[in-house]
Amino acid sequence: MRDASPAKTYALHVGVIALLFVLNFILPDYHQGLFARIMALAVFATGYNLLFGYVGLLSLGHAMFFSAGLYGAGLTVYHLGWGVPEAFVAGVACGALLALVIGLLALRTSGVAFMIVTMMFAQVFYLLILYFAAWTGGDQGLVIQQASRVISIGGASLDLTNPAVRYMSALALFSVVLLVTLAVVRSRFGRVLVAIRENEERTKMLGYDTVANKLAAVVTSGAICAASGAAYALLFGYIGSSFASVQYSILPLLWVLLGGAATTLGPLVGTLFMYYVTDITSGFTSAYLLIVGVALILLVLFAPKGILGSIRQRWLGWLP
Amino acid sequence: MADPHMVDRGLLTISGLDCFYGEVQVLYRLDLVLNKGEVLCLFGRNGAGKTTTLKAIMGLVPAAAGSIRLDGAELTGLAAHDVPKAGVAYVPQGRRLFAEMTVAENIEIGLMARGKGKATRESVLDLFPLLRERLKQRSGTLSGGEQQMLAMARALCLEPQVLLLDEPTEGLMPSMIAKILETVAKLRDLDVSTILVEQRVDAVLSVADRVCFIENGRNRETVDVEALRSDPSAVRRYVGVG
Repeated sequence: MRDASPAKTYALHVGVIALLFVLNFILPDYHQGLFARIMALAVFATGYNLLFGYVGLLSLGHAMFFSAGLYGAGLTVYHLGWGVPEAFVAGVACGALLALVIGLLALRTSGVAFMIVTMMFAQVFYLLILYFAAWTGGDQGLVIQQASRVISIGGASLDLTNPAVRYMSALALFSVVLLVTLAVVRSRFGRVLVAIRENEERTKMLGYDTVANKLAAVVTSGAICAASGAAYALLFGYIGSSFASVQYSILPLLWVLLGGAATTLGPLVGTLFMYYVTDITSGFTSAYLLIVGVALILLVLFAPKGILGSIRQRWLGWLP
Repeated sequence: MADPHMVDRGLLTISGLDCFYGEVQVLYRLDLVLNKGEVLCLFGRNGAGKTTTLKAIMGLVPAAAGSIRLDGAELTGLAAHDVPKAGVAYVPQGRRLFAEMTVAENIEIGLMARGKGKATRESVLDLFPLLRERLKQRSGTLSGGEQQMLAMARALCLEPQVLLLDEPTEGLMPSMIAKILETVAKLRDLDVSTILVEQRVDAVLSVADRVCFIENGRNRETVDVEALRSDPSAVRRYVGVG
């Protein structure tokens, strides 16, 4: 980040949020639904980016934090009949707590070992979901009824199954997470995280407790990913073990790499790009993954820092 | 041999230090005293234990036996990130900057570490005026000499009592070496005591107050630089040059 005045930076982010707000009234129904999903998952990618992009810790276990939020919110609604706000908080709390425990264990390793350890924990989590199928629904999953996905405030009620409400709810969550992430990366804590990524031993030699900072980053990242999972369960009404599979640990990595690691808007751009490339190409051929693969290879070859990472490198050095 | 400097003025005192890399012992009952406001040079062949001594002070290599005291306070047993807070700053060999950050951001990280502000920043930049012109430049694009200056500046942002410099002149052109050594000499006036690991005899003679000859992990001899100038035989004896 170079010479970015706070006003300019916040104006850009508020502008993106405003654009997304306006799109709600312009987009056709299908794309409105797709955008709601993309924003909810961009929150997942943003949480992942905090750890991967800013701290340099490559995790292959973030599906565990996403699904902790997904099941934390979904199961409390399904089995305990909790309301949407309480279930959402439960989901985030589950993810944060899990991230604390996993962080304490996994941060004893680094590099490839960290990647393997997080993947192993995520596999354990995935298998536990299958093992306790009586409660979790196993690989069939559970559908959360429409009646359970209504927020009642006083006399008014917000039905999350309504496409416009769903879109706005996803946008609200994305906006909060985006602005919080921006504030975090611009803060003292955020700068220390970047320093750890650049050279952990040197950061330690300046007097920073790098393990404590990394643990705080894991918990923050886990909580954000869990918020995404909780929102996904409540907005789209389905929880299933596939969200805890290794594929959902790799996807946020792809989205972040595509959009630009260590850029605040990169996760949104990457998720958007990936979703639309898949969506468009699947309309032409059943071998659409081949085209997606070629697109990814081209992007890696010509823009190795991702879309926004490359734009920052070439033209907009101030981009956060 | 008892070091007469250990008696009263010692700011940083190492006594009976043993260190190991795995099963291999690298420091043997090492004794060392750094006095207030002096530049102490550790001199010796490659592998003698000079860098290990610095790393042991910083808590990067655990002490198997012995003690390291700063102003009477024990440093051994402290977590590595707590040693800088106690007042020791370390500039490792090879600089190790945050290459993707600008010069200003590197300095900022140093200042934040101990909550120092603008006054410290200005006094540090006064020591390295060249950096003032490069504040917005990415540190990875600086020349070797400028990178060394930045590494020292960042360490000095901690306002340390003791600065550990590991081969600061390595790979630099003569004009930069002169500037670095000039700054090391200035630190003495600022009451920063320095332990300097250096391979260049001329640099040692120009800036050090005392020279400690390390050989096979032991402090063989500590001499005043004046004595060394008049009789450089110790340099020949321990390093084979001079």
